[in-house]
Amino acid sequence: MLFGISRELIVHLVIIGVVFLALQITAAILVYMERKVAAVIQERYGPYLVGPKGLMQPLADILKLIMKEELRPKGADVVLFYAAPILSATAAFAAFAVIPFGADTTLFGFLDHPIHLAAADVNVGLLVIFAISSMGVYGVVLAGWASNSKYSLLGGLRSSAQMISYELAYGLSFAAVILLAGSLSLRGIVEQQDGYWFGFIPHWYLFLQPLGFLIYLTAGVAETNRAPFDFPEAEQELVAGYHTEYSSMSFALFFLAEYVNMATVAAVATDLFLGGWHGPFPLPPGFEWIWFLVKVFAILFFYIWMRWTLPRYRYDQLMEFGWKWLLPAAVLNLLVTAGAVIYMGW
Amino acid sequence: MDAISFWAFAAILVIASVLVVGQRNPMHSVFLLIVSFAALSGLYVLLGAPFAAMIQVIVYVGAIMVLFLFVVMLLNTPTEEAPAGGPIRRMFGAGPRHFGAVLSGVFAVELALALRAASTTLPGTDRGTPTPTVYDIGVRLFHEYGFAFEATSVLILVAMVGAIVLARREAR
Repeated sequence: MLFGISRELIVHLVIIGVVFLALQITAAILVYMERKVAAVIQERYGPYLVGPKGLMQPLADILKLIMKEELRPKGADVVLFYAAPILSATAAFAAFAVIPFGADTTLFGFLDHPIHLAAADVNVGLLVIFAISSMGVYGVVLAGWASNSKYSLLGGLRSSAQMISYELAYGLSFAAVILLAGSLSLRGIVEQQDGYWFGFIPHWYLFLQPLGFLIYLTAGVAETNRAPFDFPEAEQELVAGYHTEYSSMSFALFFLAEYVNMATVAAVATDLFLGGWHGPFPLPPGFEWIWFLVKVFAILFFYIWMRWTLPRYRYDQLMEFGWKWLLPAAVLNLLVTAGAVIYMGW
Repeated sequence: MDAISFWAFAAILVIASVLVVGQRNPMHSVFLLIVSFAALSGLYVLLGAPFAAMIQVIVYVGAIMVLFLFVVMLLNTPTEEAPAGGPIRRMFGAGPRHFGAVLSGVFAVELALALRAASTTLPGTDRGTPTPTVYDIGVRLFHEYGFAFEATSVLILVAMVGAIVLARREAR
């Protein structure tokens, strides 16, 4: 006990703070990664002036965004115009709260009982993530409408249509994993993936759900509005889509939300399909979260790689792909999984 | 802690719901309705029903309100004109408002009677009852309430087919 506050409470508050800060740092790292990877793919140098190897570039970006003037179009709806970026960023951060990122630990004997490494351990965690990611669309739609600009409105409408279409496949790929694990809790799902087949293949759902993993990744890219599905901000057609009229910190919040959402999708993929903190070989107790970080950044790198390699789809192709290919594939995957669970006892 | 959360959620729910009706701009109404649905799901969590709370958010906030938003945005409804007169006069003015005032009066009386008839403790507020798991809910839904469940799904299917028929009228 310390001033009447238990150690558990302090640790819990620290974990919440760490998750919050880590997400912002991840966003900064992603900005740098995106620029450098893009540069390598396009055979240029990328940022190299600010700091060694341009490592301080995100800091310079943030400073620039803070210093900029906050602009608001004349016909904009004042309340919704300022509420939209806040809603986007809040939803992005809130989703990460339920994601567990490491095995239970006593922090090397600091605590009497092991605690869960997650900001909040909820037994319907997967539903919470699904619910909050479905709320993220409002920030985009309201921004598009409140800006009182045709580019913003079209961007917002496209984005909401896209997010609704891909949410179905996204949810169905969750459902197949829920069937296998028999649990809605992310921690429960990760714990099911402990152990190895034949002593060396990790017991990850990736190997039982290869199609589900592909569907999840595709739908996840569409959910976060990233290339090749970045229609809301198709710059050749819509200037910058829903955030055309935003500047300074309001724009920064949208930017932050996009990168945090990417991190969330990657973290959920890690927990659902890649065994969370269970690696190909075990790490000493207390350090399992390193596996988690490695996997999350591997998926994030894949995201960025894809953005700078694949051209953007056409809008009708996107809708056709979502409804005619991805959704039937997800339903089929769910059916086969359900059959396997019942008749083969997976 | 529970009491603070309850009053906070309840206050947000009531204030947002009242504001939904009071807005002149339909977009603001939709936004406030989302807030009130979110507060309602908070109340479900306090009642020990996290599954119902999350389904509430996924279905209402995630799906139904997005459709509302689409309709309002695509129809581009203009802001409602304020009728002349003070607030009291407006409330009991002619047309739908008059009907609305009568309807809300009837509903208030009904609610008062129902609350008096109900026992003092509402079901679920008792902390001793175990939280039904998702498994329990699934078993109940497909056994006890199987017929109602299937009937509802057929009803929704009919609505979907109807919507497609109406939308594709011009295509031959």
